[in-house]
Amino acid sequence: MSNVAIRIDNISKRYRLGRRERYLALRDVLTNTITAPLRFFRKSAEPEPEQIWALKDICLDVKQGEIVGMIGRNGAGKSTLLKVLTRITKPSSGRAQVWGRVGSLLEVGTGFHPELTGRENIFMSGSILGMRRTEIQRKFDEIVAFSGIEKFLDTPAKHYSSGMYTRLGFAVAAHLEPEVLLVDEVLAVGDLEFQKKCLGKMKEVSQGGRTVVLVSHQMNQIRRLCDKVLWMDFGQIRKLGPTAEVVGAYESALLAGANGNERRKEGPKAKARFLGWEIVEPRAELPHLLTSVGPFTVKFTVEINEPIRMGIHGIEINDPEGQRMWGNAVYNLNLQPGTYEFVHRVGSLPLKPGPYCWRVTLFNEHERIDIWDCIPELMVGAKPLSHPFDEWAGLLNVPSEFSINENGHHAAASASRI
Amino acid sequence: MTASIGVQLDKISPEQWETPKAQAIAVEEPTFNITPPSGWFDINLKEVWAYRELLYFLVWRDLKVRYKQTAIGVAWVVLQPLFTMLLFSLVFGRLAKMPSQGLPYPVFYYCALLPWMYFATALTNATNTVVEQERVITKVYFPRVLLPVSAVVSGLVDFAVSLVMLIGLMAIFHLAPKPTALLLPLFLLLAIATALGTGLWLSALNAVYRDVRYTIPFLVQFWMFASPVAYPSSLVPERWRWLYGLNPMAGVIEGFRWALTGVGHPPSALLLVSSGAVIVLLSGGLIYFKNMEGTIADRI
Repeated sequence: MSNVAIRIDNISKRYRLGRRERYLALRDVLTNTITAPLRFFRKSAEPEPEQIWALKDICLDVKQGEIVGMIGRNGAGKSTLLKVLTRITKPSSGRAQVWGRVGSLLEVGTGFHPELTGRENIFMSGSILGMRRTEIQRKFDEIVAFSGIEKFLDTPAKHYSSGMYTRLGFAVAAHLEPEVLLVDEVLAVGDLEFQKKCLGKMKEVSQGGRTVVLVSHQMNQIRRLCDKVLWMDFGQIRKLGPTAEVVGAYESALLAGANGNERRKEGPKAKARFLGWEIVEPRAELPHLLTSVGPFTVKFTVEINEPIRMGIHGIEINDPEGQRMWGNAVYNLNLQPGTYEFVHRVGSLPLKPGPYCWRVTLFNEHERIDIWDCIPELMVGAKPLSHPFDEWAGLLNVPSEFSINENGHHAAASASRI
Repeated sequence: MTASIGVQLDKISPEQWETPKAQAIAVEEPTFNITPPSGWFDINLKEVWAYRELLYFLVWRDLKVRYKQTAIGVAWVVLQPLFTMLLFSLVFGRLAKMPSQGLPYPVFYYCALLPWMYFATALTNATNTVVEQERVITKVYFPRVLLPVSAVVSGLVDFAVSLVMLIGLMAIFHLAPKPTALLLPLFLLLAIATALGTGLWLSALNAVYRDVRYTIPFLVQFWMFASPVAYPSSLVPERWRWLYGLNPMAGVIEGFRWALTGVGHPPSALLLVSSGAVIVLLSGGLIYFKNMEGTIADRI
């Protein structure tokens, strides 16, 4: 109990559609009281007003120091859950407990007033976000430096560019020191330089042992920052677990949705056809999820109906744009009818996380027998090892090390990565 | 791949991303509990007190912003009651020949306008503040009650300026404030409570029914004529005086006139009824606002 930061116990949140909730109090209380004895005799006299459960029976414990990512489609209930946890709105039922000072970051520039100057807005926003005046004064210079708007400190915020506004807003928020931080998709703003700063700050927060709940649609951000991921769907927890697994499952569900049926369509009786595929080793929770950049084994099930002589079996891996990442083939296959497993042991596939597609082929000398773009896709969910920003990360996901030598000796210099 | 890879990698090895060791925290009780709206009066004064600095900043912002981008700025604080007083003196005094209890019309009207204008502005601002701060309300938590409170408090600055003006005005007419003026804070408190009590009701209602916003100008106007601003309360028949007192501003305004100039009788009976009305209004407003608070972000 002592190291739990957030305990969510059966939280539900209901909204009524069309009709405003204002009727809830009086009308429902009255009708419920009056019809209570009647309802005993006849069931469902009146259809329930249309209502939507934005959250339904959510149970979750977040430990102190844990960084939990929240993912899911729009309208899945992520933001509602954050709003309940930040106390912006109350749940319809259930309860939650939070240990520690809570900071919430649901937008950038909360509490800014366009007529106030940058300096004044730092105080206003800081205060609304829950900082003490002395705390803001102490961190004032740091906030200004972080935002990079020194020159415009005494200009009313209404004359700021949207970029400056955002920078200042984030700078204030970044200097909050809550024990529990609740963040909603705010890192996706600003230019690259600024994003870099923000991500650095987030890491700092996370390494400081503070608890973070982060909503994001950027899976690579989630992969980098989070220990644990919560996948919300229709107001419920669809999946909760280690980051790679949940993100992988989410991404493959998204793709499966986009590609329709997961099963391979039954075609005319062919000489041979691929039936399915899976990763055998290392085995993640999902058979189509690759969680390491190290060696792995993948197998393709193939059904042979007519003997194959001097066959060729090709394998490639393509990214969603169809760009080939890697390819290889084996020749001189001689197979009798039957069901086989083609097993590939691959030394490493250091691809940056995301969805990919296997293409497996089978040729009989010069005749094409089967080409299959495998569905479901391969989800690569290894920890990202390259630059945090997609623009600079490249295609490969390889570990690397940096040092500085001076005249052939190790130099007493330092550098770090963001 | 050599063995050295993955060793001493600066912040890039997967191990770095493991959960930081959870520190045992001494706090056993949760910092706060999140529960469904209880539908009962559970105002958390301790919490409001913890947020007192935010109240300060809300008031401060209000004052900073109020007269920004106006040509004469703070001069409006002085000009508004001054012009109203002149208008009233002309229309109700010179033209309508209202009785003024023997006071010069400017002093008679200004004594009433001082609390009245404070009240009208405070009420209007308090009513609108929740809707105006919609963005903040839906993005961050703080005790919402601070919004109407800050609107009521920030009007006090204008009140103070107007009070100084009144003393100047009285000096012009060779009148000095009576010692009973020491009772002014009491009447002011009553005005604050009336503005806050009504503001709590209306701001919460306004969040759900925007109609309130358009009703406010009429309400303020009706209320003014239901208060002894343009006329002395002695015009109200004696046997209806107690009913008149149900309007707390009647007690406030009569109180101001009496306390400052010593004219008339101490409005004790009126005041008693007014105080009772205020207590009902304010506590009802607090309960209603508190009940709305939990879901105001959804309804606004």
